[in-house]
Amino acid sequence: MADLALTLFPANARRTGRKLLRNRAFVAGAFLVTLVFLAIFLAPLLAQYEPNRMQIRMRFREPSAEFWFGTDNLGRDMFARVLYGGRLSIEIGFWVVMLNAVFGVAMGALAGYFRALDNPLMRLSDALMAFPSVLLAIGIAAILGPSTSTAVIALAVVYIPRTARILRASVLVVRELDYVHASRAAGAGDWHILTRHILPNCMAPLLVQLSFVFAYAVLSEAVLSFLGLGAPPTVPSWGILISEGRSYIREAWWLTVVPGLAIAITVLGLNLLGDGLRDVLDPRMKIQQE
Amino acid sequence: MSDALLSVRNLTTAFATESGRTIAVDDVSFDVRAGEAVGLIGESGSGKSVAALSILGLLPTPPARVLAGSAVFEGRDLLQMPAKELRRIRGKRIGMIFQEPMTSLNPVFPIGEQIAESLRLHERIGNEAARKRAIALLDRVGIPSASRRLDDYPHQLSGGMRQRVMIAIALACDPKLLIADEPTTALDVTVQAQLLDLLNDLRRETGMAMLLITHNMGVIAEFADRVVVMYSGRVAEEAPIETLFDAPRHPYTQGLLGATPTLAQTEARLRTIPGSLPDPAAPPPGCRFAPRCSFADAECSAARPAEISLAVGHRAACRRTDATKNWQAA
Repeated sequence: MADLALTLFPANARRTGRKLLRNRAFVAGAFLVTLVFLAIFLAPLLAQYEPNRMQIRMRFREPSAEFWFGTDNLGRDMFARVLYGGRLSIEIGFWVVMLNAVFGVAMGALAGYFRALDNPLMRLSDALMAFPSVLLAIGIAAILGPSTSTAVIALAVVYIPRTARILRASVLVVRELDYVHASRAAGAGDWHILTRHILPNCMAPLLVQLSFVFAYAVLSEAVLSFLGLGAPPTVPSWGILISEGRSYIREAWWLTVVPGLAIAITVLGLNLLGDGLRDVLDPRMKIQQE
Repeated sequence: MSDALLSVRNLTTAFATESGRTIAVDDVSFDVRAGEAVGLIGESGSGKSVAALSILGLLPTPPARVLAGSAVFEGRDLLQMPAKELRRIRGKRIGMIFQEPMTSLNPVFPIGEQIAESLRLHERIGNEAARKRAIALLDRVGIPSASRRLDDYPHQLSGGMRQRVMIAIALACDPKLLIADEPTTALDVTVQAQLLDLLNDLRRETGMAMLLITHNMGVIAEFADRVVVMYSGRVAEEAPIETLFDAPRHPYTQGLLGATPTLAQTEARLRTIPGSLPDPAAPPPGCRFAPRCSFADAECSAARPAEISLAVGHRAACRRTDATKNWQAA
């Protein structure tokens, strides 16, 4: 995501890059996120066993040199299951971020730019935000039935209003700036002004928000899966792993603790990343530093 | 007056405010002829910028609303024109530059790109051609080594340079009229002079007309052929430049000139106009300048003074032009 910020602000690219590298939160977050992503995408190389291969004689093995994260009640390698399970979490997080980037941005930009749309769109988002987020996601997932795309849709509906709000606030500021007026005086139309002048200047808060959405989506997906409303149980996601391990929590602590730690590290990394990005890209901080 | 390029008649613009409707521009008329430089001068809040923005349909509606009047440009009324057609005139037939060069350029695009953009808005033009035109434009507004500057970002340029870029953008499509809203106010004096020279040169080269909005008498003196003085949303006086400085007839114009320092000045203190600009939400009845005017009598506050034609191209909205005749320049 840092690279994206750099290409969007090439003028300040080097300066922004240096500031990011000096920001401890950003560096720590980037380190954790990279670690998690590498582990997940290199899972076939790292894991010795197939995630669904049962070895009944090996069941409930404690973490050891052979089974780094132990084995579960069917003798499946937890190391493989956690790495493969992360794929689904990250995939769902990714799609939730994408839907946010499209619909949240569209909703926020329209509400911020066109006065007539502001009230209807923002009241709609108020209505959605009035529900506790997990409750809303559970409701939507329960209606649509458990599947991966259900989880994506449910979480997107929960977070899109939040992204829309952030973007609307930025658009409200940028649309009153002199270069927007100047562009209108040069004969530019609404669409042109919105896409060429306003949105590129709203990128910094959007990137920060999307990094948080990613973190929340990973967390909420685990909640949904734990409750049996996420992905089908044949695919091990982190939430499902915790849910399955719950029955044996007294005998085999690693079945719940290890996927729990995976979630914690991923969310912590993404949050640190977002914090660092915010500190460096926040317009108020920028003014202070210049 | 039929040779006017832009003919503004009875323009009245109001803002909806919490305390009701505020008339910012009240029944204002003036002409800009082809190739002519007209100065629109007045204090902050006199309605000069609002008048210009009304003409181009650039005021946010609501709260602003043009209540009456017309602005005929090249034979067509801009105020009655559909938004889409007006957009084709903005930037192509009428260019505009603003007060704040520091913030009038988009920080995330190089300046060459922004000049090319103003070309692309009105013409079908390829990237290579747009780039060449942008270089030529930068060259024309006096930016050294234009081809290297093309890929610079706004923050790499000084205020004066940025205003030159703004002028290049405004001139991209060879407009017939350039509206400059306080183009030099935010710049320091030496840069101001350079830019005014540049604008004058460009006007001579291209033959475009110019409407210069300012509060600076010095800028007007260097620049305009004709001057429209605005006070509290109305035209106080209109005169050719020499007449305005030698024989102004409206007491407000006289007060403005009296308050301008000159090299020959012997007094230690500048003269000022007593009082301050009236509240636009509750303007005084009759002549709006009456409460501050040393010539005013009871009748001045009773009714709006009619515009009196004093000579060709010289008019003043004042009942007491007989009494103001004996004005002496300081």
